[in-house]
Amino acid sequence: MPKPKVAFYWCASCGGCEEAVVDLAEDILGVVEAVDIVFWPCAMDFKKADVEAMPDQSITATLLNGAIRTTEQEEMARLLRRKSQFLIAYGACAHLGGIPGLANQFSREQVLRYVYEESPSTVNETRQRPQVKFAEHGREVSLPQLHHVVRALDQVVDVDYYVPGCPPTPALTKAAVSALLENRLPPKGSVIAPDTALCEECPRKATKPTNLAFTEFKRPHQVLMDPDTCFLAQGVVCMGPGTRSGCAAACTVGGMPCTGCFGPTSRVRDQGLKMLSSLCANVAPKEEGDINKVLAGIPDPVGTFYRYGLAKSLLRRKVNLPVN
Amino acid sequence: MKPIVPKKNEPVRIGFYICHCGTNIASVVDVEAVAKYAATLPNVAVSRTYKYMCSDPGQELIQQDIQESRLNRIVVAACSPLLHEHTFRKATEAGGLNPFYFQMVNIREHDSWVHTDRTEATRKAMALARAAIQRVPHHKPLEVKKVGINPNVLIVGGGIGGIHAALTLANAGKMVYLVEKEATIGGHMAKFDKTFPTLDCAMCVLSPKMAAIGSHPNIHLWTYSEVAKVDGYVGNFKVTVRRKPRYILEDLCTGCQECVNACVYKDAKFADEFNLGLGKRKPIFLPFPQAIPPVTMIDPEVCLNFKRGKNPDGSHTVSDKCKKTCVEACGDRKAIDFKQTQEIKEITVGTIIVATGFQIFDARRIPYYGYGVYPNVYNALEVERLINASGPTEGEVILRNGQVPKKVAIVHCVGSRDENTNRWCSRVCCLYSLKLAHLIKEHTHAEVYNFYIDMRTPGKGMEEFYNRIAEEGMHLIRGRVADVYPDPNDGATGRLVVQAEDTLTNKILKIPVDMVVLATGLEPHPEAESLRRMFNLSCSSEGWFLERHPKLAPVNTFTDGIFLAGCCQGPKDIPDTVAQAGAAAAEAFALIDKGHVEQEPNTAYILDDCCGCKSCIPLCPYTAISFAEDTKKAIINETLCKGCGTCVASCPSGSIVQNLFEDVEIYSEIDGVLAEGLF
Repeated sequence: MPKPKVAFYWCASCGGCEEAVVDLAEDILGVVEAVDIVFWPCAMDFKKADVEAMPDQSITATLLNGAIRTTEQEEMARLLRRKSQFLIAYGACAHLGGIPGLANQFSREQVLRYVYEESPSTVNETRQRPQVKFAEHGREVSLPQLHHVVRALDQVVDVDYYVPGCPPTPALTKAAVSALLENRLPPKGSVIAPDTALCEECPRKATKPTNLAFTEFKRPHQVLMDPDTCFLAQGVVCMGPGTRSGCAAACTVGGMPCTGCFGPTSRVRDQGLKMLSSLCANVAPKEEGDINKVLAGIPDPVGTFYRYGLAKSLLRRKVNLPVN
Repeated sequence: MKPIVPKKNEPVRIGFYICHCGTNIASVVDVEAVAKYAATLPNVAVSRTYKYMCSDPGQELIQQDIQESRLNRIVVAACSPLLHEHTFRKATEAGGLNPFYFQMVNIREHDSWVHTDRTEATRKAMALARAAIQRVPHHKPLEVKKVGINPNVLIVGGGIGGIHAALTLANAGKMVYLVEKEATIGGHMAKFDKTFPTLDCAMCVLSPKMAAIGSHPNIHLWTYSEVAKVDGYVGNFKVTVRRKPRYILEDLCTGCQECVNACVYKDAKFADEFNLGLGKRKPIFLPFPQAIPPVTMIDPEVCLNFKRGKNPDGSHTVSDKCKKTCVEACGDRKAIDFKQTQEIKEITVGTIIVATGFQIFDARRIPYYGYGVYPNVYNALEVERLINASGPTEGEVILRNGQVPKKVAIVHCVGSRDENTNRWCSRVCCLYSLKLAHLIKEHTHAEVYNFYIDMRTPGKGMEEFYNRIAEEGMHLIRGRVADVYPDPNDGATGRLVVQAEDTLTNKILKIPVDMVVLATGLEPHPEAESLRRMFNLSCSSEGWFLERHPKLAPVNTFTDGIFLAGCCQGPKDIPDTVAQAGAAAAEAFALIDKGHVEQEPNTAYILDDCCGCKSCIPLCPYTAISFAEDTKKAIINETLCKGCGTCVASCPSGSIVQNLFEDVEIYSEIDGVLAEGLF
């Protein structure tokens, strides 16, 4: 029996997900043993033409990480969808839009202007910007165009499974790959992680009081945090109650609050909205002025509550941005 | 009829009905077009219009279609669910379906009554219909649960309304808690001299009822007390009452008033609240002779045994510097306790009657009438006290300078029917002004001038009363008083000139008088807003508590189990207040007698997926959620849950589900209302 064919690809991402695959360490040898890797631009030399030449559905599974930000990424996503039996959104960016999705608060023009002109570290006196097309010496070269908004993978093509996390943990990756190899697949559309929230596996759960009654919010660098007490009890925003578990509480065990990279449970349509609703309902003051004082401790609510999920949230993008 | 239980995977078959509501809906919404549109939507098996869906034939239509067309979901587009959701649920049930397979669309209050453009209103009706049609396939069969009702009743306010309701219920054997803010019950009525139109003595009819309250075995009377907190719901309200310290132990005081006589202050020298400051009292006093309970109280602001000023927590500190002759006089009864502090009482009741009354309009808000500036300008309640035999002048109508007025002007509609103050008619002022005119004339033989805008005397015996007073030789002048000013010829005596246009003769009148009586109107109580929040009531824009329906539910509120009586709901006279109080008592009694309330099954429940983050627990207004230490998950007590949805909205992991408001139902509804092709 021929070995299953597997592809890895990255779109708008930081590269951490690729590292996570390698993070399987010696376990990766087992994977390599069991499958044929037919496409992995980050690690092996394949070209797009190689993929185009493959028959449709000939790849058993493609693990695609990163959000869809450019025309090239969209094209590759569509190509890999066509060539694969299973398309797996791997990591928070492919799953939810991820950190790149935060760009949906700004127009393409604002993003380009900041990056190429205004950011403090930029030196660009002639204000040059990348062009989609450039001709010189009778030859024309082209670059992919940026879309107006960043999208999660399933906002572009049909997705079979999701492996959550920024990045997914080796354990989850292994579980997903084994499920695939052993044909123990959950229903289509599943996120391959438990469907309860993080508190369930957080060692600090027992110290969470019943009535949080927030009187102030602090960011991790503003407070000396007790290593065993629930972050919320210390006035530090922790996305744990609104975030899917499965990471073995890596961050809260490591001394930092959950930032929500596993996304919501299957029952929640908008993770940020739910956390906002829950935290704000537990703010102690009841008068507008006092409430505002407490909320001033969260200077960037979108970056706090929608850090990974803006593109897939009900908000999706700033209201006046075009759809794509 | 055998209940129809739709089998799993059985196709959804919706019956859609749109009501003309006579012309209420059909004149603005093209109901035929909506029915035609609905027929094209997925799962709709029957789509009809009908003149009156709520009529018996309308309901039978639903039942018949369920049987004949094997419908398993019903959507009715008609009026508000408040009015007829129950009707159509019953019809659905009578047809053999679980009543919760029904969904109502409000296209009257939400559409035809608020729009004039027929095309747009029709489109809106289509969108709303589509929302319900997309929602209803997700409905599940639910069961109505019965919850027991606590037979005790809380009545807030000890005026004539509260008194009457309390006696009615207590006489029927129900335990009543009557909470009154002042030190005595009796309210405004206790301050009146006579009542219109019969001119019988107010206290003569009121005091027996007050005494009955004081001695009734079924009534806990808590005066000088306030409701501090209300939790719970119909059948099971948890109420916290704060009893303020009066420094007299109610159980031990016999009302002998020897303490008052023995007070180190030989003369009464402090403004007496009951007489609106026209009389004086001592630091220890009985509010008025027939006060119930007949218990004195101490004013710590002026009593020498207290330090001046309040502590930050509002309490007073004993200075112990007085000789305490009052304590000596009280002797073995030992009823005086300077160290008394406020007492918090927690009670459980099944129903609540709110009878918190009104305040009189503050005439200083109309500066040109000179109230508070000219000593001879009085408000009507002050004059009631002057006329009253137990008042500060023992029934002598004399001015502040001791003289008997020879000419008196009564100004109607002060703070009523006035764009600049209150726009409503206070309903009682015309009649009490006629009464005061009669009484002033009787007491002083003065010339009395009534200045009115319109003489409003509806009601049994009222017009006859007006005729009687008119025949007594009153000057009745149709014209709003424009100004009250000191008589330029006779200013030193305090004589005033009342200027008005007599609109029947078109003459400007300037009438010199010795006394001006302002017929001040009725206003919502200043604490109405905080009471409204506490009891979860609605208010009219003026601030009167809102009845559930102006005609058909005049004493009910939008909160089940809470009823209204008297002027807190709007200005009314004593007979109307008593009638309403009786009605409120009957409504409360009907609930108690039934023994249970049916609980809407829109309760929430927690899934096994709960991570035990406890976020929901403090948010529940009914304390229905607790944390199970064994499973480390939250649990909801279904009988306490009222289906408010707070926990559902705030559960960060979406692990709480509410019946009838499941996410899939709400999102389908939103998708339906925003469906493409309509907008």
